[in-house]
Amino acid sequence: MSVARIDAHFAQLKAENRAAFVSYIMAGDPDLDTSFDLLKGLVEAGADIIELGFPFSDPMAEGPIIQLAAERSLKNGTKMADVFALASRFRESDAETPLILMGYMNPVENMGYPAFAEACAKAGVDGVIVVDCPPEEAERLIDALDAADVALIRLITPTSDDNRLKTLVKRTKGFVYYVSVAGVTGVKEVNAEGIREAVAHVREVANLPVVVGFGIKTPERAAEVARIADGSVVGSVLVDAIAKSLLENSPSSTKVLETASLLAQAVRNARN
Amino acid sequence: MDDAILTNRYNMPDAKGRFGEFGGLYVPETLMPLVLELGEAWAQAKQDEAFWAEYHHLLKYFVGRPSPLYLAERLTEHFGGAKIYFKREELNHTGAHKINNCIGQILLARRMGRTRIIAETGAGQHGVASATVCAKFDLPCTVYMGALDVERQKPNVFRMQLMGTKVHPVTNGNGTLKDAMNEALRDWVTNVHDTYYMIGTAAGMHPYPEMVRDFQTIIGKETRQQILEAEGRLPDAVIACVGGGSNAIGMFHPFIDDESVKIVGVEAAGHGLDVYNGHAASLNGGRPGVLHGNRTYLLQDEDGQILEGHSISAGLDYPGIGPEHAHLFDTGRARYVYATDEEALEAFQLTSRLEGIIPALESSHAIARLGDLAKEVGKGGVIVLNLSGRGDKDIFTVAKALGQQMGNL
Repeated sequence: MSVARIDAHFAQLKAENRAAFVSYIMAGDPDLDTSFDLLKGLVEAGADIIELGFPFSDPMAEGPIIQLAAERSLKNGTKMADVFALASRFRESDAETPLILMGYMNPVENMGYPAFAEACAKAGVDGVIVVDCPPEEAERLIDALDAADVALIRLITPTSDDNRLKTLVKRTKGFVYYVSVAGVTGVKEVNAEGIREAVAHVREVANLPVVVGFGIKTPERAAEVARIADGSVVGSVLVDAIAKSLLENSPSSTKVLETASLLAQAVRNARN
Repeated sequence: MDDAILTNRYNMPDAKGRFGEFGGLYVPETLMPLVLELGEAWAQAKQDEAFWAEYHHLLKYFVGRPSPLYLAERLTEHFGGAKIYFKREELNHTGAHKINNCIGQILLARRMGRTRIIAETGAGQHGVASATVCAKFDLPCTVYMGALDVERQKPNVFRMQLMGTKVHPVTNGNGTLKDAMNEALRDWVTNVHDTYYMIGTAAGMHPYPEMVRDFQTIIGKETRQQILEAEGRLPDAVIACVGGGSNAIGMFHPFIDDESVKIVGVEAAGHGLDVYNGHAASLNGGRPGVLHGNRTYLLQDEDGQILEGHSISAGLDYPGIGPEHAHLFDTGRARYVYATDEEALEAFQLTSRLEGIIPALESSHAIARLGDLAKEVGKGGVIVLNLSGRGDKDIFTVAKALGQQMGNL
């Protein structure tokens, strides 16, 4: 499956003339069982694609919300093996929804590229985003992922010029992820109109679906982006809902899934 | 004096910023265009004689270079082995080697038209040096500093503030240098258009390890000339403390081709190498991985999570090391040993008493291994130690560690 699962999903979305609602949570935040319930719940709430963060101690492109999620997960003892076990468990319960792992290079280096790629394939992970691995350093990782039929999804940013764009889309599969703001996750807010041209251009050069993330905080914004791009990614807002539930001592899933449901509906109805 | 490029047979890094297996460029895509632009700007600047002329002018009249090479007679006598020379980087303006690099980088930032400077700092020495050049060149400066370091290096925080720099305490993680660097990188990702990131050590993404080294090799180049004048020959060994490793690589690099010269780096062993997460010896107690833009030796757990490490010296309290040191370690051209907090404290006091020089706690780690090295080299031999900084900033930490009330008679 893997890359084919992503392609099939976007083909289906295209046929229905709607954008993907891509939802992000951190594995093991606050614990692995809750993460599993959330993953299933997110799909029921309308998530089309799941991004599952694997925690890193030094997440240099994350804002405070996802930094704290990684801290909670690590404090709870989450290991890479647990992340893959969580992914497997999700995949056993859901054969359709594309599952993308997102994180940083060192845990991947530490496993070794072939072992990491094989673990992805075995757990039913379809794609991987490694935030601090630019194309210049990615060749051997892509070799390993290709062999396992797992896509390396690229982040493309407002600072990527045309030359850079060409470098970025080489050896990319599945979809590309347009980072709508120069900054860390969950701080600035996207200006949907401001990215219309860039998204169209990226789509043309990459010849792949383009999802947009890093600055989507409300259903309104998610819908605006869904009219322009092939998907709206929401992470910090969901992760923040987990943090708030923890503070209020209420079950994490209720608040997160309510939020996800509103976002999903907004994306689903955006083009009607 | 030759600049940037040495006529060494040794010629690192390669075009991709690799020192053998180490170095490289691992940053989020938002930063890639900036870092590539920086690489190009640096490649041009280092070929420009006018750039180096201004750098040398400032080093001479603003920093006070060349720093003396000083025969430490009483320590020589104390250890009873080789002759010990100190390269007196602690006499530089601002009290450490860090200013050499900041002078170079501020000239590059100005050349690139950047209007805002950010920096990270551990002990505060790089923060002070950054604040200094920013005041002089009238550029706004924000320094990220771990909250724990703010606490243990108060005099340096105040010095930065006096020069108009905004000090931003970082509470994430353990509140030390690594966390300050994460926060500086987050600032850079957010303010890509006007901001120059002035990294303080020869680590991070290409071109920083090479560029910072080239600004610091003034130390080794002067040493070479001065020891030839003093002794008529090259030293038998050079020794320096290593955290990120900029003072050490500045001393070591001009000697790499001289096979007769032993090169010794001293890592911070904190509470001891056998204490889990209790030291900052990335080479002796870590293994290769990727952090802060480069592949190098790191303190990390079995799952690839970075450990905080520990050293009494804020400037060495970092879980990584510059990639060139990783390369010199793997090839065996340099030898890396270590000293504990306790040994550094002893060396700190010993040097104060015997030489009338209060060394930085960082440099004290190198001094702590001098005795062994002096014996190994033996009488008639010559050692140069890079006295990278002065210890005024550390007196509070040392007093506390020794259980003494400051000023009590």
